[in-house]
Amino acid sequence: MSERERDEHSGVETTGHEWDGIKELDNPLPRWWLWVFYGCIVFSIVYWVLMPAWPGLKGYTPGLLKQSDRGDVVEQLAALQAQRGRGETLLMSASLDQIEADPDLQAHALAVGQSVFGDNCASCHGVGGGGAKGYPNLRDDVWLWGGTLAEIEHTLRVGVRSAHPETRTSQMPAFGRDGILNPGQVSDLTEYVVALSGRQADAAAAGRARQLYADNCAVCHTPTGVGNRTLGAPNLTDREWLYGSDRDSIRGQIHNGRNGVMPTWEGRFSPAVIKALAVYVHVNAGGGEASSDAGAPATP
Amino acid sequence: MTIIIDRTRERPATTGPVSVAEQQREKARPKGLYQARVPIYPKLVHGRWRWLKWALLIVMLAIYYITPWLRWDRPGSLPDQAVLVDFDGGRFYFFMIQLWPQEVYFITGLLVAAALALFLVTALFGRLWCGYACPQTVWTDLYIHIERMFEGDRNARMRLDAAPTSFNKLWRKAGKHLVWIGVAFGTGGAWIFYFHDAPDLIRTFWVGTAPMTAYVSCAILTFTTYIFAGHMREQVCTYMCPWPRIQGAMLDDQSFQVTYRYDRGEPRGPHKKAESWEGRGDCIDCNQCVVVCPMGIDIRNGAQLECINCGLCIDACTEIMDKVGRPRGLIAYDTDSAVAARNCGQKPEHRLVRPRTLYYGLALMLVGGLMIWGFSTREQFGVHALRDRNPAYVRLHDGAIRNGYTLKIANHGFETATVEISYAGVPGAALRIPGQPGADPLRVEVEPNRVTPLRIFVTVPADQVGEGSRDAAFEIRSAGKTTLVPTAFEYGSQPQ
Repeated sequence: MSERERDEHSGVETTGHEWDGIKELDNPLPRWWLWVFYGCIVFSIVYWVLMPAWPGLKGYTPGLLKQSDRGDVVEQLAALQAQRGRGETLLMSASLDQIEADPDLQAHALAVGQSVFGDNCASCHGVGGGGAKGYPNLRDDVWLWGGTLAEIEHTLRVGVRSAHPETRTSQMPAFGRDGILNPGQVSDLTEYVVALSGRQADAAAAGRARQLYADNCAVCHTPTGVGNRTLGAPNLTDREWLYGSDRDSIRGQIHNGRNGVMPTWEGRFSPAVIKALAVYVHVNAGGGEASSDAGAPATP
Repeated sequence: MTIIIDRTRERPATTGPVSVAEQQREKARPKGLYQARVPIYPKLVHGRWRWLKWALLIVMLAIYYITPWLRWDRPGSLPDQAVLVDFDGGRFYFFMIQLWPQEVYFITGLLVAAALALFLVTALFGRLWCGYACPQTVWTDLYIHIERMFEGDRNARMRLDAAPTSFNKLWRKAGKHLVWIGVAFGTGGAWIFYFHDAPDLIRTFWVGTAPMTAYVSCAILTFTTYIFAGHMREQVCTYMCPWPRIQGAMLDDQSFQVTYRYDRGEPRGPHKKAESWEGRGDCIDCNQCVVVCPMGIDIRNGAQLECINCGLCIDACTEIMDKVGRPRGLIAYDTDSAVAARNCGQKPEHRLVRPRTLYYGLALMLVGGLMIWGFSTREQFGVHALRDRNPAYVRLHDGAIRNGYTLKIANHGFETATVEISYAGVPGAALRIPGQPGADPLRVEVEPNRVTPLRIFVTVPADQVGEGSRDAAFEIRSAGKTTLVPTAFEYGSQPQ
């Protein structure tokens, strides 16, 4: 070993590293540091014995303490379930209106509702419930099946055109595709529907379609076009269009008569969760703006 | 300007380090990778700085032990402990001040100010923190005092350690360690009172129903106090603490530090009573400055990493100077530049105001000013408006546009407050809370000491809907004060 350089002021050997004339001294470590190092080795051996450590062909050494992260999670989940049980009892002990009126209960319902909505409803209705073409917007005040707390809860329970025996259901015929009306008639009806919502339309075409509307559409959408919630028939006089408001979209819907499906959530969610979800949807839709009679505004 | 200081004047190469500890260290040096600890037996000393250290020790320990027991009246079910870090309730109480977790920046500011104050004090007067105020120093001082009560002063302790095992040695050692552990337990035990109601915790602690964190914290602090103050002592400062390394950046040759005045002391050597002081230094090489040093260093080697600036060697040297009839201050709080100047026969200058101390001071004032400004403008209500982003706006059946907001009102006060909420900047806007009738302004009761989240819908009728988005603000009024919370209203795109 070559002779190492010695710092003349302190008498300590240098490591040979030098930066801008400053040399690093090679001071010895304190001996207790070595003991701490040995202590860590001893600790690791004790740890191997007490805790799961070594892999084997069929799993691993479980350790004397039988510690298991998975076991911890199972315990924590059980504790969470118990806690949720208390929340469910609370929700079941109050009516929908009471839940919405009480700040603490409402906060609880909103928290439950938000998480359930995100997992189950958002794929169609959007994360915020804003909907999309063909998927109803749950934030506005337009409700095909009614926007009161009880109506929303009922829709959640039975679904729309779902497998539930009491499902809400309605049928928009495919007037064009099934040959009930010819393409000219469909175009005329389109103008009539555009006129219904107070927009500029071809008066001649709309006039030709007056009788067509009365014969084919009025039974569900009512003669004035305000729709009928008991049948789930949309209001044609407002500004909200499930399948689009432009002429092509309206013509397409008369021609094809698309009908969306919402599954039944009864059986998948507990009644308490359905209640929470109803409150969540209702509150975020403005809560109470849509009462059962709001679907009948003035005739156009 | 930096003066390169000739620390102790040229030493002949044959003269090794002076102190016993230094000699042992030197001997241990080339032998291996690891260095055995050199035992230190600090001798008791009397004098001005020792007295100051005792006084500060008593004051600081008293503050530490008494603070959690001070009471402070707060309304309702709030804790009545003057100083309390309430993790369960998520609050920090300090007399009339109550901080929320959201206001942790006040703690950050306090820590920044403390760091800057430390920089400033270090630049001016060296490591006063290390020598007088650091818990490691305070508790080590206390532990050495206990050691002295059982085993006597330096020489007695050295003899006892060298002596063979006997009943006398055994009971002294056992007694010392027992009292040490008792003090350590008292230290850890007092700490936990800062985190729970003290009178309640002292009861539940002994009956075994206190939270596990209390027992664990107490055990950890008992262990670390006993190990650090009893066994590790100067090793903590030399090897474990980063501050000795950092403080070198704050010190310069104008910083007051414990300094051996080599201009006066050298050449040193033993002195007999009748001998003349002509042609020699005042240092009689009595080694008293070394034997009293809790860090085991020789201050005559100049400023060193290990030196905590406690001034005990000053007291020791003063006593000796008085005895031999030479002026005091051979070791004193002085600056490197002053000693160097005297050495060259110049008049020493002390400059407390230097660029370094100026900008540490300015930074400290800036942070302090910001803290005071932050505190004095702290509002009773903290309000945040979170606008719904999905969907950003909703068109209602009649073409009206509605935006949803979550308004979070934090009431920092202790009383329920009525706040009025209105909305400015958007013509025709109407406010509503779901489940309640619309009103302008909305009147809401806000509970004290918590955050109240409010869902608020703002609707603009179809005939007043504009284009794009528009700047808007919630106006929160309470007791004559108005808080403006800026937000935006989204009109969205209009259908064909």
